[in-house]
Amino acid sequence: MKKIKSSAMERKKEVLASLTNFGARLYDQMEEGVFPWIKMPSRSIENILYSPELRQYILGDKTVRRSAQNIRHIRPFTQLVWGAYFAKELAKHRKTSTLRDVYYSAQAYDVPFKDQPESNNIITDLETTVGFAREDFNVFPEERSAVFGDLTIEYTVPGYEGRQLNLTSHPDGVLIGPALTSAEFVETTADKVIAIEKGGLFTRFIEELVHKKFNALLVLTAGQAPRATRHFLHRLNKELDLPVHIFTDGDPWGMHIAMVIISGSANAAHLRELTTPDAKWSGVWATDIVDYKLPSDHLTEVDVKRLYELQRDPRYEGELWQREVKTFLKIKRKAEQEAFSRYGLTYIVDEYLPAKLE
Amino acid sequence: MVTFEEISPADFFYRNRDIAGFTNPARAIFSSVRELMENALDASELTRIPPEIYIRLSDEGESGPEAAIWLRVMDNGSGVPARHVPSAFGQVLFGSKFKLKQARGTFGLGGKMAILYGQITTHKPASVASSTGTSKIYEYKLMIDIQRNRPIILDRKIRVNEERWHGTVVEFCLEGDYIRAMPKILEYLKQTAVVNPYANITFVDPKGRLYKFTRVTTKMPPPPKETLPHPYGVDVETIQRLTSITECRNMLDFMRTHFHRVGENISLSFLEFAGFIRTTDPKKMTPEDVTRLVQAMQSFKEFPKEVDVETIQRLTSITECRNMLDFMRTHFPEVQGSVFLRLLQIAGFIRTKDPRKLEPDEIVRLVRMMKRFKGFLPPDASCLSPLGEELLEAGILKELNPEFIAVYQRKPSTYSGHPFIVEIAIAYGGNVPKKGDFAMYRFANRIPLLYDEVSDVSWKIIKSINWRRYKVTPDMPIAILVHLCSTKVPYKTVGKEFIADRPEVKREILNGLREVARQLQRFLSRREHVEKQRRRLVTISKYLPKIAAYSTELAEKEKPPDVEKLLKGVKKFEED
Repeated sequence: MKKIKSSAMERKKEVLASLTNFGARLYDQMEEGVFPWIKMPSRSIENILYSPELRQYILGDKTVRRSAQNIRHIRPFTQLVWGAYFAKELAKHRKTSTLRDVYYSAQAYDVPFKDQPESNNIITDLETTVGFAREDFNVFPEERSAVFGDLTIEYTVPGYEGRQLNLTSHPDGVLIGPALTSAEFVETTADKVIAIEKGGLFTRFIEELVHKKFNALLVLTAGQAPRATRHFLHRLNKELDLPVHIFTDGDPWGMHIAMVIISGSANAAHLRELTTPDAKWSGVWATDIVDYKLPSDHLTEVDVKRLYELQRDPRYEGELWQREVKTFLKIKRKAEQEAFSRYGLTYIVDEYLPAKLE
Repeated sequence: MVTFEEISPADFFYRNRDIAGFTNPARAIFSSVRELMENALDASELTRIPPEIYIRLSDEGESGPEAAIWLRVMDNGSGVPARHVPSAFGQVLFGSKFKLKQARGTFGLGGKMAILYGQITTHKPASVASSTGTSKIYEYKLMIDIQRNRPIILDRKIRVNEERWHGTVVEFCLEGDYIRAMPKILEYLKQTAVVNPYANITFVDPKGRLYKFTRVTTKMPPPPKETLPHPYGVDVETIQRLTSITECRNMLDFMRTHFHRVGENISLSFLEFAGFIRTTDPKKMTPEDVTRLVQAMQSFKEFPKEVDVETIQRLTSITECRNMLDFMRTHFPEVQGSVFLRLLQIAGFIRTKDPRKLEPDEIVRLVRMMKRFKGFLPPDASCLSPLGEELLEAGILKELNPEFIAVYQRKPSTYSGHPFIVEIAIAYGGNVPKKGDFAMYRFANRIPLLYDEVSDVSWKIIKSINWRRYKVTPDMPIAILVHLCSTKVPYKTVGKEFIADRPEVKREILNGLREVARQLQRFLSRREHVEKQRRRLVTISKYLPKIAAYSTELAEKEKPPDVEKLLKGVKKFEED
């Protein structure tokens, strides 16, 4: 049993310190008689670059300066400072919130947002300025992904501090929500992680005892993985040293779900620790459709257009990716994970999975 | 069988009343008010006493589009001498305005047309009372004999003028549609008040409603002076008439006496240019001629002092020139231009024709040459009576009460020998109507022009300007005023409603408009700037304290930073 070092508590302290610093910087500027201002990396398209070393999108050197002296800046500037204040209150009182909740909370403080996108954008500004993801400020999206397997965690959320839970306790899996995200990892017997796109297959795997047979933790991404889930996978990979395998539908969209877990998205170019560069996309590949003679559908026009986009995407430079994109374009067909059911309910677990996990 | 007959001027206008603005009952009542109003204003220009004008319209209980309406107009002007009253009000094309100076009326037609129209629609006589300030007031009851263009005097009374009142009262009945004419009449009176800020105008309408336009100044613009015709502006008929009445016996005097800004030198140059000068053959000079020439030459410093009788005699013997001008120019090539003409004139070698004996083809040539000759001075503007920037501004302030006003008087200019001055004003805000387009006020010789706006040269110019350059948008409450004064306003029609596109006039209006538009732009920019700063202060005052408060919380400080200094800085910026 390896020694697990957890980072959740450390991180909370860093987040609080950085929010305090942010406020102190503005405070000092005003004390010196200048309009408060900040500088942050630009998130404009031309400043989003792909870093081959980090294997994810990053922001370039371009920065933007926001000043309260500028009449167009002062309102978003005020909202940003309020956002930081609100985040710090959440962190201090160990409360969680959602983006929607942030939008409504602002009205109570007389710094209302015009609409949800404006509020979301300010939270992204805050992430960029302070250098932490909003989940670190306890601002979460609506959750829908889950985890199942032999991993014991210890909660840090108020009222649950010190309480431990084994993630096999609930047969539906455990929701990857704020409490789990901030939990410390205690121990695990698993030696791999299998991430699954669809709920149906996740349940099937639990029923077929895939976690036992393959000694694995099962993570349901429920479509495109939320950021909290991507960060959770990152932690499983980094802190527990577990290899990550991703199973998605055999189409350009499933392929991209895997890619975002591996290399992240352009929207999160200002953030780190959301990617798992060593994770593997294990299927369903285009070549699987051919090799396993899977029942398949024709690619639609939108699918084909998307494939051509992905072919030019810097994240898709690898051999596997290029090969699969080409094969999709060649066979012009796609298949869902459930397609394996034509060979019986357990075929995927008994035949396909062992082959792919080799 | 074709019959030929002569008709009188009154008959002509009776048959063609449309061209003078009496198209329908609504238009007729408007035109009547306007014509009599203008006569009244012109009459007070002469006395230099600020006008008091009273206009009353009353019906006899009936109303509707063809009601008989009484129109009464009273002024405190110079009055009409008793012997002229019948003709002045009962004979078309009889008048005092056929002279070259700026006046509102020009045709001697308007007032009489109104009375004529009243007569043919209601067959009632007109009453006129007038006094020039003597001890008597003359009252006439008149009708017009349309076929003979003669006044018919029905009654004449003389009353004692104890108060030495001067002025004129005209009253007559006409068929008119006041309800339809009302908006135009009120607009006309209002605009008249704008350009006559020294006038008191009272108007009572058939419903008994009283409208008063009160003067804001007693200062009146200097009266126009009468002037001679400018050579560029005359035609063959004018010269013909002048030659028949002139007392001059040579062309040089004729030019100097009868034309505007033509002196001896210009006369000489022009007559030479036009070929109306004859000089002696140098070979035929008598010894006296030579002596006179030499004496004259010695009085001009341009000629060498050593020239004497002998020199000239020697030159005459060898010269091939057949007239004195060529002779002088050939043998004194070092001397310049017009000196020769002056010299020969002094020495008595220049002869011109008796103007009374000009042949018809010579008159035609003279007129043609007048148009071609480049040496005439432009007409001066003393014959014009512009309102002046000060009075124009007073008039606009009084009637429109705008937030901003710019007025500009252009320098005098000319078209076809007629002097003119353009005055331009632009007003913003206040009572300026906001109608999605500029409110336009056009005036010619202080008459408001209300009809056919889109045919007017000013309208075309305004439309041709790119107003966005001046920060002007169509939704702004902006009024533009264009006043053209001239001895001859280039109207396109007898109805005197709009001004033709003369290039010279167009250029003056355009340049004037640009000037006031630039001033408006400065005002709008300034206002925009102040408004922007004000909004800036409001915004910063709203948000900066919040930034300070949240920063204090974040930084875990005791008291918020002092942002008053920053806010003061913004306020100060506003006062700049």
